[in-house]
This record gives sequence, structure tokens and C-alpha cells, in this order.
Amino acid sequence: MRTIHAYLVRVLLLSPCLVVLSWLWMSPFAYPATPEEIGLKIATESKARDDGFGNFTAKQTMVLRNKQGQESRRQLRIKVLEVDDDGNKSLTVFDEPRDVRGTALLTHAHKHEADDQWLYLPALKRVKRISSSNRSGSFMGSEFSYEDLSAPEVEKFTYRYLRDEPCGDLTCTVCERFPVDKKASGYSRQVVWQDKDELRIWKVDYYDRKDAHLKTLTVGNYTQHLDKYWRAGEMNMVNHLTGKSTVLTWADYQFRTKLRDRDFSKTGLKRVR
Amino acid sequence: MRRRAVRYPLAFTAVWLAASIVAIEAHAEFELAAWDLSGRVSLEGRAFPQTGIDASQRSYTTGFVVEPKLYLEEAEGSSFTLLPFFRYDSVDSVRTHWDLREAYALLYGELGAGEWEVRLGVDRVFWGVAESQHLVDVINQIDFLEHPNGEVKLGQPMVHLTWTGDWGVLEFFGLPYHRPRIYPGRGGRLRFAGLVDRERVEYESRAEEWHPDFAARYSRSFGPLDVGMSVFDGTSREATLVCAPPACGGSAFPSVFIPYYSQIRQFGLDAQLTLDSWLLKFEAIHRSGERNPLGQEEGIRTALIQGGGFEDILGQYREEEYVAAVVGGEYTFYSVFDSTADVGLLAEWNYDERGRRALPRRQPMTLDNDFFIGARLAFNDVQNTEITAAFLTDASRETRNLGFEFDRRLFDQWSLHAEANLILSIDPLDVQYVGRRDGFYEFHLEYNF
Repeated sequence: MRTIHAYLVRVLLLSPCLVVLSWLWMSPFAYPATPEEIGLKIATESKARDDGFGNFTAKQTMVLRNKQGQESRRQLRIKVLEVDDDGNKSLTVFDEPRDVRGTALLTHAHKHEADDQWLYLPALKRVKRISSSNRSGSFMGSEFSYEDLSAPEVEKFTYRYLRDEPCGDLTCTVCERFPVDKKASGYSRQVVWQDKDELRIWKVDYYDRKDAHLKTLTVGNYTQHLDKYWRAGEMNMVNHLTGKSTVLTWADYQFRTKLRDRDFSKTGLKRVR
Repeated sequence: MRRRAVRYPLAFTAVWLAASIVAIEAHAEFELAAWDLSGRVSLEGRAFPQTGIDASQRSYTTGFVVEPKLYLEEAEGSSFTLLPFFRYDSVDSVRTHWDLREAYALLYGELGAGEWEVRLGVDRVFWGVAESQHLVDVINQIDFLEHPNGEVKLGQPMVHLTWTGDWGVLEFFGLPYHRPRIYPGRGGRLRFAGLVDRERVEYESRAEEWHPDFAARYSRSFGPLDVGMSVFDGTSREATLVCAPPACGGSAFPSVFIPYYSQIRQFGLDAQLTLDSWLLKFEAIHRSGERNPLGQEEGIRTALIQGGGFEDILGQYREEEYVAAVVGGEYTFYSVFDSTADVGLLAEWNYDERGRRALPRRQPMTLDNDFFIGARLAFNDVQNTEITAAFLTDASRETRNLGFEFDRRLFDQWSLHAEANLILSIDPLDVQYVGRRDGFYEFHLEYNF
């Protein structure tokens, strides 16, 4: 009797919570949650919608522009593998500039600990384990840092929902995200605009450690793959401090290719061309 | 076809071309899934501020390098890479040389939960983690004509099998042919006081350069720790130089040394621990079988006086067993002073059990109890500008070297490299004392395609 009684009490006590939880789940932007909870919910939901893509390959072109308008080009190939219960594995191969052709960067991202990174130098045929703490450094002299180009794992930030506002023809939610490991990031916070329908990112404002507005990223030319996964076609990063900008264009997206875990090993890294 | 050095790459290329033609003929419907041609052409100059110790040595040289790379892919898991190399040198006809750096077929596929990989042909292999020297790295002969730092290697014919699994990476190497080290010619700098005989190469093994050498390596990553264990059994990549009359000693000048290659066995261990901005590195080897003339001067002198030949003098060289190690690390300050630049600091200690009897392994510097301190400034700009400084000092002797390097991309396909290699002081008791006047400046203008 006592156990049944205790059970009933527990059910009665818990049921309102369950109702609230399930209600929150169904309508992510519902009223009673705190801005922090809504922010986290949006981030979690964005990640959940991208789950199951398996792997993809794409070509990237970067056009770096300085204040005077002089241009410099970078050409890369990227391969990404989804990993269950951990960060993705990715392999980036440099095609241009020609002097770094064949150089490749292998990253095993992790949700909680530091990422593992290896660099392959084709002239020496050397694989070098490198420090992954350089997240705020410039990627190939561009306005993108390593941090900007890595997949934002949910666990690496805390969140705060700010407001909803129109963005083009869509309605966007505007959220702030703050790095959990403050030393590992070059930013104090980022403000992210995502449309409410598909949770695609359209704009990010980056604030440096002194909370000055450092950079703005605008994203566009989205395409949908496998009837589910949205991928950006163009990303434009403008540095307000230096007046420099970088346009990153993505092309030739291919999902669920023959890529396997073994292609993202040190042995696989030595095979890139 | 007088010289061995030239004969080898020619013969190998001919064999490969013939094999390729046969292979293509056999698959009449052979189709390429992908191909790629890239490479570099480099204009280079080198100047030595001091005259050489031998009057026939020149103080400056110019030349160029051509290094194209062809990649052919038949299907996923089956490709062929060809990478020939050619250097022209204006003063040293020996340094004008060519080599087949790479010419290999690469095949790979699934093996249970892991994978297999085969590389068949000429290839280059790098092992190790340290910067001041590459102790455990024994597969390839170095291209000593290119640079005394030993970073450039000759292609090595091999069968290279790799088996990868959750438990790590296991590699086997079958090395059927030995590439002797080539030393600069009469007009060239960065050689010993004497010349090295290019007609005569002596081997401990009766099979000479065809002695089958074997090597294996097991490597694995444990979170932040990368570890490798290796073994090599076969012909040493480092020559023991033997001075034998009549070409050496007495009235012969410059003396001509005969290179002798021992059969050695080497066990190696290398490890790197990567923690935040720290890279902590360790390399160690145990080597046996190499012969050393140092410390046997009296016996050699007696053998010479008694009119002994090559065998008698070599008989005085003692076979030895020793341990050598490198331990050190690297720390990087990222985005210094709110700029985009990174500053990396490096420090390594090199140890050799043989102490003063240590022989130079891959570079003219003997590293028996030597500290290496380096700094790397990477601007992370559009031109990828980088400056490095390296200081090498012997803790027990007055030998100190200082090097600077500067790299910058000029335009998308053009880049510039400049370096200074300064000998600050050198101890007269050092083996490398003969190279005391060989500090130099070098520049490259490189076009990449």
C-alpha cells in the first residue's frame, strides 16, 4: 500500500512538470521558460535538425579583400563526418594558394574536451599533431577564425534568447551565445539571427573580449539536401575594425558519400592529394 | 652512365615506365577517375661570406630546381603518384642532380573493422616529432646536396604495408635497395676537407646495395598523447668514411674518402603530448652495428704506417652500440598583443651516449649534448609571412650555430624564401671543425603551379 501511495504522490507531483515539459517541447518559443532556456532550446533544436546527415563533401572558395579592395583567393576541399555522441570529424585540403597545395588539416572535434588536430605537410610528408587552442587565430589570413569555421557544438556555449524580429521575408529569433571556455574563444559573445521556420543562421554579430562589435557574418544562398539538411552557399564576413572582408562560397555539396571513419585517421590524412 | 647516383634514378624510371605501359596495355579500357599536375620551379642562390678551406671551393652558387608532381587516380583506393626532382647548380656539377622523389602505386581498402594500405614504389616516409633533428627517422637517405640540415630526402624504393584498427597503426617496410649519400663535389661547399669517392662505395653486406632491409612501426594516439615505436634492421643510411691510401693521406690532396655502410639495428621511440598551447616531445633510439673511427686514431695511424689497405684501416674502426635522445617542447602564444600574429618558442636538448665520439648523423653538427632554442613568428597575414630563428649550442664545447629564415608569399603563385646560417664559433676538437668557414646565406624565388 505504502509503495502504491508513494507512487501516486510522485505521479501527481510530477505530472504538471511533464505537461509543461511536453508543452515546451512542442512549442519551442513558448512563454513560461526563461530567456536562457529558450536560447538553449533553439540551439538544441538546430543541432537536432542537422542530425543524421552522415557525411558530406564540398568545395570552398574564399575571396579575401583588404580595405583598398585588393583581392586574394583561397581554394579548399572539405570532408565532414558525423560522429555519434561527439563532435564531427573533418578534413580540409588546401588547393590554393599553390604554395600550400596539398596541405591538409584533420580535426576530431569534441563536445567537452579540447579538439584533436593534425596537420599534414606534403613537402616533408610529415603529419604534425598541433595545438587546437588556436581557435581565435585567422584561418589562412582570412577574416574567418578557426572558431568561426568549426561546427558550433551546443555544449560549447550558454545561450540567451533576446527577441523575434523580421529578417527579409522571414521572421527570425535573435539569440546571444556565450563561450563556456572563455579562454579558448576570441569572443565575449555572439548574436545569432535564425529564421523560425528552418532555424537557418542568416546573420551573426561577433563581439570581442572587450565587448566591441568586431565582425559581422551574413549568410545566404541556402540549398536543401536530402530533403532535410540546409547548407549555406555564401558567407560574408566583414571586420569592422580593419575594414577587411572575406567571402566564402560553398559549392558541389555531396551528401552520404563513401566516406568512412578510416578516411579521417592519420593514415587517411597522408593519402590526401 | 659512369656514376651510380645517376644510374639509379634512370634505371628506376625506365622500370616504372615499362611497368606502367604493360599495366595500361593489359587494361585496354583503363580510365582515369581523376588526375592532377602540380609542382614548383625555384630560382636559388647561395653565398658564403668566407672562402673555403680548399682553394678549389667557390664562394657563391646559383641554380634552379624543378619539381613537378603528377597524380593519377583510377578509382577510389587506387592511385599513382610521380614526383621527379631536378636541380641545376652553376658551380658544382655533382650538385646538379636529379632524383625520383616519389613514384608509387597506392592501394587501400577495408580489412575487418580496420583498413589495409599498400604503397609500392619509391616514396618518402617521415617519423618523429622533434625539430632540431630527426633521430628515429631512418627509412630514407637524406639529400645532403640540397641542404646540410638534412630535411630533404632521396626517394627510397619500398613495399610499405599499413594495417590500421582501433588498436593503432601497424606498418611494415620492405626496402630492397640502398641509396648511398651523395656528397658535394670539388667546387662545392659544405663538404669535408676531403672528397668522398663517387666511384667506390663499400658495404658490410655481401649483397651490397641490394641487401633487403626491413623496418616496422607501431603508432597510436591516446587522447592528447601520440606515441610511436619503431625498429629498423639493415643498411645504415649514414656512411662511415674511410681514409685509405693512396688517395688519402701523405701527398694526396684533397684526400678522397671511401664511404662504408654498416649493417645496423635500431629501436626507436617517439612521443608527443599536446596540452593546450604546449607540445611536449621526446625521441630516443638505441642503435648497434655502426662503426666509429673516433678514439681509434692510434690504431689507424699504425695501420697506415704499416702500409695497410682499406680492410686493415676499417678493421681499426670499432663497432659500437649507443643510445641517443631528444627531449623538448614547443609553446605558442596566439594572437600576441591583440594582433593576428603567433609567437612559438621551442627548446630541445639533444643527447648522444657516445659524447665526444659522436658522429654527425644527418647534418654536419654533432648533437651529443646540445641545446636547441628556436622562435617562430607567424604573422597569419594574407602573404603568410613567417620568420624563424634557431640557435644550436653545444653545452660542453665552444660550438654555436645561429640560423634565420624568412618566408613570404609575394603573389598568389610566387613566394620568397631567405635564410642565413651563421657559425658563431666552433671548437677545434669538433669533427665538424672542417666546416668552420661554411656559414652561408641563401634565397629562393619560387613559382608554384
